[in-house]
Amino acid sequence: MKSIQLTLLASALFIAACVPERDFRPHVQGGDAERGRVALKELECGACHVIPGVGGAHSNVGPPLENYSRHSYIAGKWPNEPERLIAWILDPPAMAPLTAMPKVAMSERDARDIAAYLYELD
Amino acid sequence: MRQSALHPAANSGAALIDQLGSVLYVGAALIFVLVMTLAIVGVVAKGRDVAVKHWVIGGGLIFPSVTLTALLLYSLAVGNGLSSIGTTNALQLFLDCFGGRESLPISMDQPLKIHVVGKQWWWEVRYEQPNGGEHVVLANEIRIPVDRPVELVLSTTDVIHSFWVPSLAGKVDMIPGRTTRLRVQTSEVGKFRGICAEYCGGQHALMAFVVVTQSPTAFASWLQLQSQPTSAPSDATMRVGYDAFFSAKCHTCHTIRGTPANGTDGPDLTHVGGRAMLAAGILDNHIGTMAGWIAGPQDIKPGNKMPDDAALTGVELRALSAWLGSLE
Repeated sequence: MKSIQLTLLASALFIAACVPERDFRPHVQGGDAERGRVALKELECGACHVIPGVGGAHSNVGPPLENYSRHSYIAGKWPNEPERLIAWILDPPAMAPLTAMPKVAMSERDARDIAAYLYELD
Repeated sequence: MRQSALHPAANSGAALIDQLGSVLYVGAALIFVLVMTLAIVGVVAKGRDVAVKHWVIGGGLIFPSVTLTALLLYSLAVGNGLSSIGTTNALQLFLDCFGGRESLPISMDQPLKIHVVGKQWWWEVRYEQPNGGEHVVLANEIRIPVDRPVELVLSTTDVIHSFWVPSLAGKVDMIPGRTTRLRVQTSEVGKFRGICAEYCGGQHALMAFVVVTQSPTAFASWLQLQSQPTSAPSDATMRVGYDAFFSAKCHTCHTIRGTPANGTDGPDLTHVGGRAMLAAGILDNHIGTMAGWIAGPQDIKPGNKMPDDAALTGVELRALSAWLGSLE
């Protein structure tokens, strides 16, 4: 009996290990995801976005930011890459003049940390 | 921003209430310990002779009579202090009240009168002008000068609300068809959060406001600014926002003094950019939250009277948010 259980457990682990890792997962150099989560809360980005892990963020003015690390595009325009995302968070109208997302005053560090947090959303 | 009855503003009604609370809690604890000690002594020392009569008369009649009378006088003095706001020294009040002096120490200033109207789910704030002119109509933020008694005249146009700034004073209900009053005063400069303390419908929990206490000179210049109208912007971007305000029919509910917007169902927005918070104490006030509130008020505060069919383009939404934010 013992050996059957062990075999089952071993095969379960083996099968689990077969789920393919994502080839690419964006990552922000020097970003502090936890600080980013706090910045999202304090800047009240939830007035427009659904953001998992940020209390009160359940508005649908802008797109939901769930699974953001899997999103292919930023604002449907730019490939979802760290430096572009940071630039977007800092000044959306500069990258998409027709966007509804305003330029909210924040430090570059805040934007970097926010991007780091969004890439934690898998 | 402070919101705690246990952390009252200096020399405020809340400080008096806090003091009353402390006296009651500490006094009750001491009496409890005393009674428990006597009970234990009674068990341990059984069989020994005691002067029963003395204990019954002393502990059963004299002690409660003296204690309760003192408490009654003290609480009356605190009540007096609350209605003649201006000092937190309860002992002084007590002496003034029962020491034969004619009147309590009331500030010589006339109280500043501010009308606050509770609405589902925000607060209209109207200042009486010193020269007797028209009320200055504002919303969701009350500013008061320090060291001056303020009389809040409270009413409602829909259901029962309750006006409560825990760090400044006790709570007073706003009752349909009636006017209630609350006197507040403090010597502390600061920001205090107030809330509705009586369930008033779905978004009761999102009905808050800010009380800002400031120096009399800062207050006077603020009120002077608030009484001024604004005008149509000349800047091109701002103008896009201004036009969007009217194309989206915001003016049917909102007033912006100095423009044709004169709706009265929603808050006056003449100086909305100068307020600490938006949507009745729910959101910080910056361009992002302004845009989010304009485009999605039903997401943020479901069931409130502001519709979310503004149908503005992204450019218009940003311009409108920027323009409203500039109205300080």
